[in-house]
Amino acid sequence: MKNGLIYTLLGIGVFLTAALSLSMGAMKIPVQDVLLILVKKIGLFRNMPVDEQYDTVLTIVRMPRVIMGLLVGAALGISGAAIQGIFRNPLAEPGLIGISSGASLFAVLIIAAETAFLAGVSNLLGYYLLAFGSFAGAGIATLIVYQISRNDGKPNVATMLLAGIAVNALAGALTGLVTYMANDQQLRNITFWLLGSLGGATWQIVLCLIPFVFVPLILLPFMAKTLNAFALGETQAQQLGLPVGRVKRWVVVLATMAVGASVAVSGIISFVGLLVPHMTRLIFGVDNRRVLPASALLGALILTLADMIARKVVAPVELPIGVITALLGTPVFLYILIKDKKKIAR
Amino acid sequence: MLTVENVTYKTGKHTLVKDISFMAHPGEIMVILGANGAGKSSLMRLLSAEKKASAGSISLSGKALNNYTAKELALKRAILNQQNIVNLDFSAMEIVQMGRYPHYNSKPTTHDLDIINEVMGITGTTHMAERSFLSLSGGEQQRVHLARVLAQIWDTPEALLLLDEPVSGMDILYQQQTLSLAHMLAKKGFMVIAILHDINLAAQYADSIMMLKNGRKWYHGAPADILSTKSIYDVFETEADVFTNPNTLKQLIMPKVITHHLSEQNLKPFTL
Repeated sequence: MKNGLIYTLLGIGVFLTAALSLSMGAMKIPVQDVLLILVKKIGLFRNMPVDEQYDTVLTIVRMPRVIMGLLVGAALGISGAAIQGIFRNPLAEPGLIGISSGASLFAVLIIAAETAFLAGVSNLLGYYLLAFGSFAGAGIATLIVYQISRNDGKPNVATMLLAGIAVNALAGALTGLVTYMANDQQLRNITFWLLGSLGGATWQIVLCLIPFVFVPLILLPFMAKTLNAFALGETQAQQLGLPVGRVKRWVVVLATMAVGASVAVSGIISFVGLLVPHMTRLIFGVDNRRVLPASALLGALILTLADMIARKVVAPVELPIGVITALLGTPVFLYILIKDKKKIAR
Repeated sequence: MLTVENVTYKTGKHTLVKDISFMAHPGEIMVILGANGAGKSSLMRLLSAEKKASAGSISLSGKALNNYTAKELALKRAILNQQNIVNLDFSAMEIVQMGRYPHYNSKPTTHDLDIINEVMGITGTTHMAERSFLSLSGGEQQRVHLARVLAQIWDTPEALLLLDEPVSGMDILYQQQTLSLAHMLAKKGFMVIAILHDINLAAQYADSIMMLKNGRKWYHGAPADILSTKSIYDVFETEADVFTNPNTLKQLIMPKVITHHLSEQNLKPFTL
């Protein structure tokens, strides 16, 4: 399939899913009204009449949520694919190997500190602090797992997964410790954040998220060629004259930046980073020059879809979105495990 | 031309390569022989610039190896490693294409694609181009890697081709095919340096043989000049007869049978 066609199809898919998601909710807004309002926002058909109420609900409640879903999905999709590239393994998933829980731990620490020293986390500065903190936590967790999982210069999958379990457990325990030591106000803020889903989306959060997602989205595809050669082994990639060390550092920084900020705004959403790159590889092949951008698009699509399902299934109550992604993702994880049992042991 | 002068390589307390000097020329295959732990792979890592020598110098085409950038070096030398584990499901063709990565930025040119087709034809991998690399047998995978490595230096005159145990664990047909291919590539003008374990294979195909022991060069010369009962005993501590094959006039090495007697070990046979 031609690259242009792939991206066009995925783009249309993302747009339609987003429009559908915008129309859904306690107040049903017909899709044509959604489209009309969107078109009016970019300055076309100014004099077509629209329902004021629709416009308000869409602008204040649904659009930030859907846009946040698109950003978080794209971030998780592309960083999952990139991390799998440097770990040389399709099972390296930010949630599984502790990156997300590292981010989560740091976010909780920041919230506790902010509650103690600053007014709270509701302003833009607060969100940026939270995002940077999660970024740092994600980065530290990645470095720990990466260093431990390397044996004689080669990453070992079993060690990687076990190190991930350890980091997850440690971060979980420390998070628990912080919540138990927290005072009432801190506890309230932490709990509110830990429950986090796409539900808390505001334009401020979206604004904070944009740089953290767009920088990796733009830069990561430039690493694609070297990431391909990583599949041969780091030494072999070096022998091809590729900037292995530099790309590795950049991928870690960019991927953890995207994952960290996603965790900061929406909590841990597992298995998207596994499910999405896997589907992309099945459909479009494993060449990272396609996998990276396509994973971003497919990630945005899948997360929006999952959010729609989460809102629909037990309406008017919402399911946590992580439940849906885990339901979709675990079978894929098990499938890769069973299919590649022999190959993965190495 | 590759010039190696008084090269020594130390890690920690161990000296793995001691004071080795030699020259390798385009048009020739040089084979490195030696027992396990003799320093063959360490020497190979120095030649490939994966590791830096602790002392001495290596120069390729008159320029010190240390003065090459990684990118320049990628255009002048390629290495076929002993073990190549790939976990992602690339097609054989995509793996071979990686060999051309140093030559293009985002898209392979028609020149790159021509070379890819040519090397896949030469290595007999054309028919598996679209197959998943992971579904290939060990021998087929190794051939695809060979194609990749050839693609990397195919249009560079006097390039250095390093083969680190290219045929270990492969069947006899693959061994012969690979070595005769290496021979042909040398005739095309590459410098080929290979580590082998099979002395007979070395005798058949090498233009020169270097024998290592404990990190030192013990013998270096044409197979007919240096392969002897004495040199093999010196390096491998194994007694062997050396014949000349009357058909090819190449050396034939037959290790002597080592016999262990039960009584020497105080062992008794099971009574049946």
